[in-house]
Amino acid sequence: MLPPVFGVLFDGIAYGMLLFVLSVGLSVTLGLMNFVNLAHCAFAMLGGYVTVTLVNIFGWPFLATLPVAFIAAAVTSVVLERLLYRRLYRASDLDQVLLTIGLAFISVSVAAYIFGTIQQPIATPAALRGSFEFFGIGLGKYRLFLIGVALLVTLAMVIGLEYTRFGAQVRASVDNQRMARGLGIDVDWTFASTFALGSGLAGLGGSLAIEIVGLDPNFSFTYLVYVLIVVSVGGLGSIAGSFAAAMLIGISDIAGKYYVPELGAFLIYMVMVVVLMWKPAGLFGKR
Amino acid sequence: MSALDTTASAGIALSTSGLSRSFGSLVVARDINLSLPVGARYALIGPNGAGKTTLINLMTGMLPPNAGTIALGGEDITELSPQARVKRGLARTFQINSLFANLNPLEAVTLAVCERRGISPRFWENIGVNKDAIEEAYDILTKLKLGDVAYQTTRELPYGRQRLLEIALALATKPKVLLLDEPAAGVPQEESGDIFEVVASLSDDLTLLFIEHDMHVVFRFATHIIVLVGGAVFTEGSPAQIAADPGVREVYLGKRHHG
Amino acid sequence: MANPTPNPTANPTAMTPQAYLLARGRWHPLEIAFWLATLLPFILFPNYLSLASQIAITALFALSLDLILGYAGVVSLGHAAFFGLGAYSAGLFSKYVWGEPFSGLLVAAALAGLLGYATSFIISRFRHLPLIMITLGLGLLAHEVANSAHWLTGGSDGLQGVRTEPIFGVFRFDLYGKTAYAYSLAVLFIVFLCARRLINSPFGLALRGIRENWNRMPAIGADSRAHIRKAYTIAAIIAGICGALLTQTTNSASLESISFQRSADVLVMLVLGGAGRLYGGLIGAAIFMVARDQFSGIAPQFWYFWIGVLLVAVVMFLPNGILGGLSKIYAKWSRK
Repeated sequence: MLPPVFGVLFDGIAYGMLLFVLSVGLSVTLGLMNFVNLAHCAFAMLGGYVTVTLVNIFGWPFLATLPVAFIAAAVTSVVLERLLYRRLYRASDLDQVLLTIGLAFISVSVAAYIFGTIQQPIATPAALRGSFEFFGIGLGKYRLFLIGVALLVTLAMVIGLEYTRFGAQVRASVDNQRMARGLGIDVDWTFASTFALGSGLAGLGGSLAIEIVGLDPNFSFTYLVYVLIVVSVGGLGSIAGSFAAAMLIGISDIAGKYYVPELGAFLIYMVMVVVLMWKPAGLFGKR
Repeated sequence: MSALDTTASAGIALSTSGLSRSFGSLVVARDINLSLPVGARYALIGPNGAGKTTLINLMTGMLPPNAGTIALGGEDITELSPQARVKRGLARTFQINSLFANLNPLEAVTLAVCERRGISPRFWENIGVNKDAIEEAYDILTKLKLGDVAYQTTRELPYGRQRLLEIALALATKPKVLLLDEPAAGVPQEESGDIFEVVASLSDDLTLLFIEHDMHVVFRFATHIIVLVGGAVFTEGSPAQIAADPGVREVYLGKRHHG
Repeated sequence: MANPTPNPTANPTAMTPQAYLLARGRWHPLEIAFWLATLLPFILFPNYLSLASQIAITALFALSLDLILGYAGVVSLGHAAFFGLGAYSAGLFSKYVWGEPFSGLLVAAALAGLLGYATSFIISRFRHLPLIMITLGLGLLAHEVANSAHWLTGGSDGLQGVRTEPIFGVFRFDLYGKTAYAYSLAVLFIVFLCARRLINSPFGLALRGIRENWNRMPAIGADSRAHIRKAYTIAAIIAGICGALLTQTTNSASLESISFQRSADVLVMLVLGGAGRLYGGLIGAAIFMVARDQFSGIAPQFWYFWIGVLLVAVVMFLPNGILGGLSKIYAKWSRK
C-alpha cells in the first residue's frame, strides 16, 4: 500500500500537465515577440466552448473535438494577431496589457451572453471515466490520459523546435530578430504562425481542462493568473522552464489545497513571488 | 591588478588595468591597459566591431568586466554602479541618441543638474525656485548653441541639435572625464565640424576620450590616438606616430586616410 | 485643463528659464473651473452625493496610481493592496480604538506607507513583464491574506461594526452623503495639491525622466531605483488614504476593496482619462463611475464587455486617453 501522498502527487502532476499545455504557447510567444498577451486564456476558453458545443449539441465524441478546438483557437488568434496585436509589437508593455485585458473582458461577456454563466457539463467517453487501483491509491483514467497528451505535446514541441526548419526559424527569431531578418527569414510569418500554434495549444488545454476544473465565462481570468505564474516562474521562451514551473505550481497547488486548505491560493502566489525575487527572469530564463 | 593603486599617479585621470570581457567564446575586450592624463584629448579608433563602444560601457559600468580594474583619479571604481561613477566625475555620451523624447532641453539638462546637486529627491518644492540649477542648465545649453531651442520638445529637434543635447546632458554632470561615443555619428560632414568645435572648446581640465571614424577629425582634434582591434589595444601614440605606422595603415586606415 | 502647460512658443525669448519653469506650476483657468465644478453636485444633484463621494475617492485612487504609472512608468496590477490595507486598518481602528475620522486616515496612511515602503524594495528591482507579474502576485497575495484572516477582517462577509464619529465632532455622516462628499472632496483636493506640487518639483522631473528613458538616467548620475522606491511609497500612502475614506464614508470594509478587480478598474479609469496627466485619473474616474451607475441595471459581465471594447479602442485610437486627445485638438486649434 502506498501512502496517500502519492495520490496527491499524482493529481498534482496531472494538474501541472494541464497547466503546461495551457501555458506553453504563451511562454513561446512571449519569448519570441515580447508581447504581454493577457488574452491567452480567452483562446483556451474558446477551445473549451467549442468542445462543449460539439459534444453536447452535435453529439460528437469528446476526442474528435480536440483537434477542432485546437484549430478554432489557432484561427481566431491569427485573425486577431493580424488585425490588432501586430500593431502593438513595438508599443509599451502598458498598451499591450490594456489591449489584451480588453480582449479578455470581451471574451468573458461574449461567453456569458452565448452560454450563460453556469458551469458547462461535459460527458467524457466511458473509457476515460473511473480509475485504476495502483497499490491502494486510485489513479484517475482521465488524469492518466491528460498526462499522456501533455507528454505528447511536449515531445512534439521539442522535436518541432529542435529538428525542423520551422523550429530553426523560430529559434533564430527568438535569439536575434535582426539577424534572422538578415538571413532572409520571414519573421512576421514566423511570429504569426507561432502565435497561432501557441493559441491552438491553449485551445486544446481549454478542452482538456473542462473535466478537471470546469468551464465558465470567468475561465479567461481565473486561469490567466495560473498561466502567467507558470510563464514568469519558468522563464520566457523556455519550454523546459514552463514544464518545470507547471509541475512546481501544479503540485504545490494541489498539495496546498489538500494539506493546508485554509491557505487557499496563498501558497502558489508565495512560490511565484519567492522565485521571482530569487531569479527575476524565472527559473530557466535567459534575460 | 592590485598594482593599480601604485600606478595611478597624480596626473592620471582615468586608467584601466587588465580589463577583459567576453560573451561566450567571443572576446570583446582583451587585457586592456590604458591611462588618460588629466586634460587629455584622446581618440579611440578601430574597425567596426573592434570593441570601442564596449570599452566605454566597461569603463562607465554599464557592462561588468570579467577581469581587470578601472580607476578614476587613482581611486578604484570597478565595483561602483554607473550612477556612482557619474557622481565621481565620469560621464559619457551615446552613439545612438539616448535622450528624453518628451522633455525639452531645458528640463532634461535641469534634471541632470538637479541630480548632480542632490536636489532631485525634493518633492516638496516647485522646481522653479531652484534658480541656480536652472540658470546653470541654461548656460550649458547656450554654450552648446541650444539656447534658442531650450523650450522645444526634444523629439521635434533637428538631428544635429539632438547630438549636441547628448553632450549637454553629459556636461551637466560636471565630469572630470568625458567619454564621447561618436559625437557626430550620423551628422552630415559639414555639420560634424561644428560639433567638434564645441568639443574642442571644452575646458582644458576636462579629460576627453572620443570615438570617431573620420580620420580628418581625429588628426585635427586628438593629441593621442589609441587603436583598438579585435577587442585589444593594437597600438597607441601621437597622431604622427599612428599616421606613420604601417601596421595601423594595414588594419585600419588603408586607403581611407588618403582618400 | 485640456492643456495646463503654458504655451511658451508665443515669445520664448521674453521668458527667463526660471520664469518659464515657474509658469509650468501656475494654475490654468480651466483648472479653477474644474474645481469649482466639483461643488456643483451639492446644488444640482443632492440625491447623488453618495455617488459623488465614491467618485472623489476613486479619483484620488486613480491619481495615486498615476504617480507611479503615468509619471514614473511603473505598471502595477496590484495597487488595490494599499487601498484595501487602508480600508481595513481604518475600519479596525474605528472599531477597536476610536472612531475619530482624521486619526483613522493617518493610521491608514501610515500602515499603507509602511507596506509600500517595504514592497518598494522588491518592485524597484523589476521592469517589464516580471514587474507586472510581481505587482499582480503581491496584490493577489494581499487579497488572500485578507480573505484567510477571517477572525480579523470578517473574510468574505466583510468587516462589520465600523463606526465613524462626526467630523470635528460636529458634522455627522448623513444618509444623503452630504458630509461624506464634503469630507472626501476636501481630502481629494488637499492631496491633489500635494501631488500637483510633487509633479512640478525636481523629484517630479526625475520621475518623468525615468518614464522617458530608463537607460539614460544612470548616465546622468540618477539612482532611478531610489526615486521609484520613494514614488511607490507615496502612491501607497495616498491609496491607503482612499481606502480609509471609503471605509469611513460607507461604514464597512469588504474584500472587494483589495481585489484584483479594483486594481484593474483603476487602471482602466486612468488610461481612459489619460495617464501621465494630473487630471487624467480624475476625469477617467468620474466618467467610469457615472457610466457604471447609469448602467447598473445591466449584468456585470455585459458592463465589462463595453469596458473591453473601450480599452481596445483607447489603445488603438486614443493612446493618451481623453485628455491626450483633447489637448491635441486644443493644440491644433490654438495654432490656427
